[in-house]
Amino acid sequence: MSREAVQLSLPGFDRDFAEWRAAYAGQIGAERPVVNRSGVEIKPLYTPRDWDGSAYDADLGFPGQYPFTRGIYPTMHRGRTWSQRQLVGLGTPADYNARVRKLLAAGATAISFLPCNSGFRGLDCDEVDPLLLGTCGTVSNTVDDMDAALDGVPLGRISTAMNDPSPFTLLAFTLGVARRRGIPWERVSGTSNQSDYLSHFVANHMFYRLSLPGSRRVLTDHVAFCLERLPNWNPVSVVGQHMQQAGATPAETVGLTFSTALQYAQDCVARGIDIDVLLRRFTFFFDISISFFEEIAKFRAARRVWARLARERLGAKNPNSWRFKFHGQTSGVDLTRQQPLNNIARVATQAIAGIFSGLQSMHTDAYDEAAATPTEESARIAVATQTILREEAHLCDVIDPLAGSWYVETLTDQMEAEILSVIARIDAAGGMYKAAESGLVQGMIGESALRWQERIERGEEKVVGVNCHQAEDEEGQGKSTERPDLDRMRAHVARFRAFKESRSRTAVEGALAALARAADDEDDNVFARVVEAAEAGVTHGEIVTCLRKELGFGRPLVVA
Amino acid sequence: MTTAPRLDPPARVLVTKIGLDGHDRGSRIVAAFLRDAGMDVIYTPPWQSIAAVVKLATEEDVDAIGVSSLATDHLIVPQLVAALREAGLAHVGVVVGGIVPADEQPALVAAGVGAIFGPGASRDAIVAGVAALAADARAARDAELREQTP
Repeated sequence: MSREAVQLSLPGFDRDFAEWRAAYAGQIGAERPVVNRSGVEIKPLYTPRDWDGSAYDADLGFPGQYPFTRGIYPTMHRGRTWSQRQLVGLGTPADYNARVRKLLAAGATAISFLPCNSGFRGLDCDEVDPLLLGTCGTVSNTVDDMDAALDGVPLGRISTAMNDPSPFTLLAFTLGVARRRGIPWERVSGTSNQSDYLSHFVANHMFYRLSLPGSRRVLTDHVAFCLERLPNWNPVSVVGQHMQQAGATPAETVGLTFSTALQYAQDCVARGIDIDVLLRRFTFFFDISISFFEEIAKFRAARRVWARLARERLGAKNPNSWRFKFHGQTSGVDLTRQQPLNNIARVATQAIAGIFSGLQSMHTDAYDEAAATPTEESARIAVATQTILREEAHLCDVIDPLAGSWYVETLTDQMEAEILSVIARIDAAGGMYKAAESGLVQGMIGESALRWQERIERGEEKVVGVNCHQAEDEEGQGKSTERPDLDRMRAHVARFRAFKESRSRTAVEGALAALARAADDEDDNVFARVVEAAEAGVTHGEIVTCLRKELGFGRPLVVA
Repeated sequence: MTTAPRLDPPARVLVTKIGLDGHDRGSRIVAAFLRDAGMDVIYTPPWQSIAAVVKLATEEDVDAIGVSSLATDHLIVPQLVAALREAGLAHVGVVVGGIVPADEQPALVAAGVGAIFGPGASRDAIVAGVAALAADARAARDAELREQTP
């Protein structure tokens, strides 16, 4: 159904507008300019003069129709709401299992897996001070560990998002578990979160393991393997979250993330992968900040920009390839350690923005997430927040409910222009890989981070409990922080050591040799050998060490 | 917080991260603040070992060390303080910035950490706090040197 472009006849508009303008100026006094995080100046009032709907068909269309500004599916949240997927990761595999079973019972419809920081560093649990093990994620170094973590979880029926940076050992362990349980790999569904090595490189040193070219090789192999063997697995999640958390503005974040996505798409096409086969499995992961209207405009603009990039620039033919599918996480950066219960209000506000943005999957932060790994109580409140917004507040009754707002549509257009200018800047630098290698992107993010911090320092941005309304006694001050049980963790490490001793040395050495050979052979698939190694009992740390030797060790880039 | 006297030569501060976490937005920003305030800042990328930090502190003759911890790496800061003492650097002030849950702060203070700055600490508070610790450290070191030279 199409209709004529909106052309309201507005007799008296100019006279009335001038009258309002004068009255406004008379009463507002000295006006301070309002500029959003992306640098767009925000006016006090928007009217049909700002956005008149005449480009409705070209710029908005209907849900499920190109360019998808109003949503990527015809039914959006009216049909199927988002997946409620909470990040979980703490302690030993058994600790993880207990927590994830409770979340499933409480209404979560999908699960995630966050590994211990030792894993992110490419280390096994026996190489790290036990005090640091399992404090930010689950220790998982073998197929046995993953088996224990997913005990009783219906793998093959529930989708699993793995925070699994290159070389994707968590997925390899999961496939090992699937084989043990007789679940065909074709049925394993989920996403390789954190597969986006460029975002780690420019925004977040957390995952430094392989060199930049090494990471590039492993990712394309991983994508090729998944597209061939795992039809229900999304091998690439391009992560805007890292950049926004590191300080990029919302518009910069989308521009840099899409530049990254273009780079991966071009690399995969160069390896012989069909663009439509690839893009069908592309997903994105973004932060939702508390800058409410800016976030909604950001995501609406992002859908439009991605659709055009995928169709016009990458030449994808299948409409499925043009759909911008994203997981949103309420931003932890906006949460405060001061007066932590205030964070419940912040998370709810962010979540509303996410829902109005039309996301496909959501994680709401727990109110204590700014201070520590969430407790069971705070995790339950975070999940309940989503249900309250959906069921009690009826936020999902109407698709894209803010469309047609003169403000939101104007801002959507302005955010689009900002996003496109960032993409143009990265194009001019030779694409995202080169722009990361040269430090250009790191410099852009660092400048934005500093600018934002200065806005807070100058009091231009108010943060309750931080630079205004500070309270004397802080809630939660006396609460004790949950840490993994040190004795249980030591026992886990002891079992891990015993497991290593019990393995067949020949099998381990054979698998590692095959992995090393694959790294040297462009025609082989490195990730296929990672999976074989995992099934042969090779540990996470051993796999990473082998690939580091063959493909180079990533080093942090220091930007002055 | 009283303003510490500006040191001459300027306070030398090592800004670093130990342990497993790599999020460096905070350490970069604080390093820039301290440099803008006239201090000599030695900045390292994340994931330094405790031994490497002690070695660098010795070689660079620093007055204070700022450790940024956002993901529980503060749990091993007491080991860093002990290693500094072991190396004869008991005078060096240690500051922790980032996320340290309230109930875990007393253990750090008891171990000898001079100040803890949480999220939302202002630039002025951080600069003043580090300057004060650096001034104390410089005075203690100078006193020690005077004792050693007859």
